[in-house]
Amino acid sequence: MVETKSETKTVRFIITRQDTPDSAPYDEEFELAYRPNMNVISALMEIRRNPVTVQGKHTTAIAWDMNCLEEVCGACSMVINGKPRQSCTALIDQLEQPVRLAPMRTFPVVRDLQVDRSRMFDSLKKVKAWIPIDGTYNLGPGPRMPEKKRQWAYELSKCMTCGVCLEACPNVNSNSDFIGPQPLSQVRLFNAHPTGAMNKAERLNTIMGDGGLANCGNSQNCVQSCPKGIPLTTSIAALNRDTTIQQFRNFFGSDEV
Amino acid sequence: MAKNREFGNRRLHSLLGVIPIGLFLIFHLSVNFMATKGEETFNGAVHLIEYTPVKILVEWVVIYLPLIFHAVYGIYIAFTAKNNLGRFSFFRNWMFMLQRLTGIITLIFLVWHIWATRIQAAMGAEVNFDMMAEIFSSPFMIVFYIVGIISAIFHFANGLWSFAVSWGLTVSPRSQRIMTYFTLIVFVLLSYIGISAIFAFV
Repeated sequence: MVETKSETKTVRFIITRQDTPDSAPYDEEFELAYRPNMNVISALMEIRRNPVTVQGKHTTAIAWDMNCLEEVCGACSMVINGKPRQSCTALIDQLEQPVRLAPMRTFPVVRDLQVDRSRMFDSLKKVKAWIPIDGTYNLGPGPRMPEKKRQWAYELSKCMTCGVCLEACPNVNSNSDFIGPQPLSQVRLFNAHPTGAMNKAERLNTIMGDGGLANCGNSQNCVQSCPKGIPLTTSIAALNRDTTIQQFRNFFGSDEV
Repeated sequence: MAKNREFGNRRLHSLLGVIPIGLFLIFHLSVNFMATKGEETFNGAVHLIEYTPVKILVEWVVIYLPLIFHAVYGIYIAFTAKNNLGRFSFFRNWMFMLQRLTGIITLIFLVWHIWATRIQAAMGAEVNFDMMAEIFSSPFMIVFYIVGIISAIFHFANGLWSFAVSWGLTVSPRSQRIMTYFTLIVFVLLSYIGISAIFAFV
């Protein structure tokens, strides 16, 4: 009986696990038979079917978040071989082995690889990352957006709140209350919209508060790490310019509304 | 009480680093450079500064107060960061870490430097070429000064880059890249001026 190498090819995983939000993390190692076109999620599903470690220990299934499986929802972000990214697009063929999976610790860990990303949604509420159009009567159509600007704004709208930029930022951590690049770029998006611009000063004043825009230290890790290629540091610099003008308006007063 | 002060403090920190501290650094290094033209020239320049009108007021307003604010707030900024070069070894992330590191080194250097020169002068010592030649008679001090001056210049040059971003002067990636090259030239030029002055005393 001669088995060729490809038939016995396996994939090894070292996964950081954590049972409760407050308990200590620990590593567990798993080995799976290789299948073509495997990604991290299909491997995690395989482990879930038969959660036995390399040492033969029967363990619990691993918890992780996922939803769209095509890198548009942002739910399945985790730290894969040291880099925060989406596990749905992390193909096993392109990963060095053993594949190390860990949760994005910038966020509170719920269990295993599952984190609580609600701080980002709270930030979006804080900066009013929406276009207010509701009224008690029909307000009619808003001003039109030039097509060229729409195309540009579309790039900023690709943000899926995945949290990779916050995980990559050295200034987003437990010592600091920096809101991070993700909501800042959304401020730029909604300030650029002709209707959203009606609340521009309000959004700028919000990010000029504590934990806001000024906490950026220009490491520019966010723009290098963003899976959607959003020009986060350009957004931050543009907001720096806008807030420079806004702070003069606040200080000296302005007839600009 | 001190709510929403952060934005103003950060902007002030960034501004003071360039005006007046950065300008003073360039002035200081230029005066030092006169030592390369001989003992007489250097001592002449030092005397000229000694006759600054209301010198003690100028010193406090232009140097000490801005420097104290910049240093205290800078320590706070440096220690709220969690450096992650191991995972993200990008050029700007290196600059981010070095900016904080050189800030701390510069502060240590300046405390010693101000003690050994300005405070000694206040206690009656005469600041001149011989004073510096005396300090540089120790090889350790030569190394300490080189490290201190290079750190200060790096911190200024890279700080100039982030000043331009923080105040919204350079927004586009291209403008930021051009600023990187410009501040690199500033770093090299000032380093040449600073180091050659040290060796004029040796």
